[in-house]
Amino acid sequence: MAEEVILLDFWCSPYGARVRIALAEKGVKYEYREEDLDDKSSLLLEMNPVYKMIPVLIHNGRPVCESLIAVEYIDEVWRGQFPLLPSDPYERAKAKFWGDFIEKKVHEPGKKTWKKKGAEQEEAKKEFIESLKLLEGELGDKPFFGGDTLGFVDIALIPFYTWFYSYEICGHFSIEAECPKFAAWAKRCMQKESVSKSLPDRQKVYGYVLELKKILGIE
Amino acid sequence: MASGDVKLIGAWASPFVLRARVALNIKAIDYQFIQEQLGAKSQLLLESNPVYKKIPVLIHEDKPICESLIIVQYIDEAWSSGPSILPTDPYDRTVARFWAAYIDDKWFPAMKGLPTAKGDEERKALLEQLGQGLTHMEEVYVKSSQGKAFFGGDKIGLLDIAFGSFLGWLRVTEKLDGVKLLDKVKTPGLVKWSESFCSSPAVKDVLPETDKLAEFAKIVRAKLRGSS
Repeated sequence: MAEEVILLDFWCSPYGARVRIALAEKGVKYEYREEDLDDKSSLLLEMNPVYKMIPVLIHNGRPVCESLIAVEYIDEVWRGQFPLLPSDPYERAKAKFWGDFIEKKVHEPGKKTWKKKGAEQEEAKKEFIESLKLLEGELGDKPFFGGDTLGFVDIALIPFYTWFYSYEICGHFSIEAECPKFAAWAKRCMQKESVSKSLPDRQKVYGYVLELKKILGIE
Repeated sequence: MASGDVKLIGAWASPFVLRARVALNIKAIDYQFIQEQLGAKSQLLLESNPVYKKIPVLIHEDKPICESLIIVQYIDEAWSSGPSILPTDPYDRTVARFWAAYIDDKWFPAMKGLPTAKGDEERKALLEQLGQGLTHMEEVYVKSSQGKAFFGGDKIGLLDIAFGSFLGWLRVTEKLDGVKLLDKVKTPGLVKWSESFCSSPAVKDVLPETDKLAEFAKIVRAKLRGSS
C-alpha cells in the first residue's frame, strides 16, 4: 500500500524538528507543509482541533499530534533497523522520563532566559544550566543518549539547541563554558545529516527571537 | 515474564499513585506499598526520585521508575504476559497516549485550580475548560469503547487508568465546589463508564472513598488558603 505521510510544521519549531529528525532517521519520505501560525490552514484546524498547533503528522489521512507521541509512533510503525527507543522496558521508561524532563526543566526555564529580565532571568538561567548538568550526568560517557546512535532523548533535545544560541545572547552566558560535555554532545548530533538537514540556522532563529521580543515588548 | 521485588512509594489519596496501583492489580503483581507521610518525604523517595522528589515511584528489583503514565506503560511492557493495558495497534496506542496527556496537561490543572480560583471570571473559565474536556472525553469514550464498558474496550486500558484515577477527586470537586461535572444528559457514556471503572476488581479495593477524600481535601485546602 502506498504510504502517505504529511507533516504540518513551522520552520523553527523545535517540536516539529523532532518529528523531522525521526522521519529522516527512518528514511521515511514525506511531504513537508509550512504553516503560517497567524493564519492556520483548515487542514491543521481539522487535524488538531484540540490544540490547533503544529507539528501534526498525518499518516494515511490520520493525524498524530504532540511531538514525542509522534516520535514514538514513527518508531513503532517504521520498525526497521534503527530503533529510536530501546527494547528493554526499563531503558524505555528512562528515555521517556528524560524526554518529559526536557519540556518541564529545559524548555520552560530556557524560554525565560530570553523573555524575562533581572532576577527572574537569573533564576531561569540557573535552573536551565542545572538541568543541562543533570542531562550531562545521564549521558555519561556515551556519545549519544541512545548509545552509539541517536535515540529518543537525543531527538527530543537537539532541536532546542538552535534556540540555545539565542538564550546565550539574551541571557549573557555561555553553555559551552558551563556545560562542555553537553556542547560536545550537541556538536556530535549536528554532524548527523538527519539532524543538520532538519534544523534551521541558529542565526535565523535569533532573528526570529528578536522579532518576537519586539512584538512582546521586551527590550 | 518479569518477577522480582516490587515496591510502590505512594500515598492513598494521590490519583497518580492510584494509576500505578490499578496497573499492578491488572497484572496481578504482588508489591509492597510504602506510604509516604504528608509533609515529610522519606529518604527512599528522595533517593529514588532525586529529580522531582514526587510520588509515585515504582521500584522494580531496585530500579526506580518515575512519572505515573511512564510507570503504567512500564508495567504493561515488563509484565507482557498479563492482560495488556495498551492496545496493540500503533495508531490506537497514539490515540490513548494523546488523550492521557491531555488529561494531565489540560483537564486536571483546571480541576485542581477550581478551589483556589480568584473571582467569578477565573472560576467560569475553569469550569468551561472542564466542561469542554468532558465533552471531548465523552466523544472519545463512545468512539474507542465501541459499545463496550471501557475506553480500552472489554478491559481497562491506558486511558481508563489515566482518566479514571481522577474520578475520586472529580466527585470531591462536585461535592465541595457545588458543580455537576459528570451528567446523565451531557455525558451519559462517561457516567456509565465511571460506574464500571470504580466497581472493577482492579480498582475497587484501591479507590479511596469519596467521603474520606473530601475530608482530606478540606484539610489541604485550609492549608493552601492559610499559606496564600
